[in-house]
Amino acid sequence: MYEWNFAILWDYRWVFLQGAGVTISFTAAIVVGGLVIGLVAAMCLLSRFAILRAISLGFIELFRCTPILVQLIWCYYALPMLAGIELTPVTASLLALSCYGGAFYAEIIRGGIISIDPGQKDAAAALGMTPALAMRRIILPQALRRMSPALMNQSILQFKNTSLVSVLAVPDLVYQGQMAAHDSFRPLEMYTAVAVAYFAILFPLTLFVRSRERKFGDNR
Amino acid sequence: MTGAPMIEITGLRKSFGPLEVLKDINLQVPTGGVVALLGPSGSGKSTLLRCLNLLVVPDDGSIRVGNTSFTFGKSLQHPKVKPLAAFRSRTGMVFQNFNLFPHMTVLENVIEAPIYVKGMRRKDAVDLAMSLLDKVGLADRANQRPETLSGGQKQRVAIARALAMTPEVMLFDEATSALDPELVGEVLQTMQKLAADGMTMVIVTHEITFARDVADRVVFMRDGYVVEEGPAREVIDSPKMEATKNFLSHFHKGATPR
Ligand SMILES: Nc1ncnc2c1ncn2[C@@H]1O[C@H](COP(=O)(O)OP(=O)(O)OP(=O)(O)O)[C@@H](O)[C@H]1O
Ligand SMILES: [Mg+2]
Repeated sequence: MYEWNFAILWDYRWVFLQGAGVTISFTAAIVVGGLVIGLVAAMCLLSRFAILRAISLGFIELFRCTPILVQLIWCYYALPMLAGIELTPVTASLLALSCYGGAFYAEIIRGGIISIDPGQKDAAAALGMTPALAMRRIILPQALRRMSPALMNQSILQFKNTSLVSVLAVPDLVYQGQMAAHDSFRPLEMYTAVAVAYFAILFPLTLFVRSRERKFGDNR
Repeated sequence: MTGAPMIEITGLRKSFGPLEVLKDINLQVPTGGVVALLGPSGSGKSTLLRCLNLLVVPDDGSIRVGNTSFTFGKSLQHPKVKPLAAFRSRTGMVFQNFNLFPHMTVLENVIEAPIYVKGMRRKDAVDLAMSLLDKVGLADRANQRPETLSGGQKQRVAIARALAMTPEVMLFDEATSALDPELVGEVLQTMQKLAADGMTMVIVTHEITFARDVADRVVFMRDGYVVEEGPAREVIDSPKMEATKNFLSHFHKGATPR
């Protein structure tokens, strides 16, 4: 019978905190990066230029149809070879995860935009707004509000996806857990602690998203 | 009402795919004139109105509003984004479904285009908006959301929003068709006041009595053609063409309540 010893976690509190800090900063960075990429890709999808639509679609499907772990490894090992540049594990991870997130955000944003009543675009145009101004002032604010639950759900997935950066030895929560496990010979306790940490951060967030979803369901 | 007409349309054509919706339309509206566009569903009234501010770009013909004219044709370039927007900023349009911006208050709806299209200072835009909201009787609703207003109030806000750009021309596409009957009057009254103030207006409507009383001229359309055109009372009281007689007979039987 295995004897659990959770008291030992206290000795590794700084290791875990550091990991949590890296995971949270990483998530913040790839959510912002992903949203920017997603917004640009969505605009291209809705562009009147076929070439932009094709490029955007190619990008989105490439990142949606390959596993994120493969993208991460590919960005770190293969991309530098092809492009002749050096990428640190952190840069490669940020790049891969932002693009992966961007591909999914793009679909959400595109869906949000086309769900807005075309009358809004007509009204904006009739007032003399250019399509770009109408998008920025009239369409996007409404679309973003409507799709915010979906964007938050995707961001929660992004939070969990950051765990993959541990394969490139980026010291996130999982990587730090691994280190602590090797060091203490207590992998069960350490991985339990890692799981609890993820849950403690994500569970309140999912509750929040649920409440938003309910709110949006009400006043459609 | 002297000098060149405010609106001049010649040889206008528009097709959607194989469907030709406007077939050689010619029309003039004098400055300060009010023209009512009548006709059965699908006759091309909305399309013609949307061509007037180029929400729909015609295939052929030419349009002049005030000092700006556009000529269309297969060999000619599609107008550019900036001139299009500038042109539209000088024509106001009011839609059947109001199309207010739901994420903004009534006041924000009205000041949006003066600030972001014209570059007006916020304070000036607010002053202008408040005077227009006062004119349509809704100054006390300035800080409410559109969703809290009745249909008639929404449409009056939409009129104020269009007027805030000080347009040369106002276009109305069935502005009262989505309203409960008891709310139609307040919107028609607002439109009538506007006409009395000398605004050049093109009105698509099914309110025959209103067209007869407020419009100077009536244009009757069917299947993409102008079938009959003339002074409002003359065309409505004693139409010459068979199609016009037929159409109007539906209304005379069950006159729309005012
Ligand atoms: N964007 C479009 N694409 C394809 N067909 C269109 C489009 N807009 C209008 N049409 C078609 O053009 C024809 C004329 O439409 P339009 O809306 O101008 O008629 P209308 O006289 O305003 O009718 P109603 O009284 O029903 O509003 C209709 O057959 C309509 O289906
Ligand atoms: Mg119509």
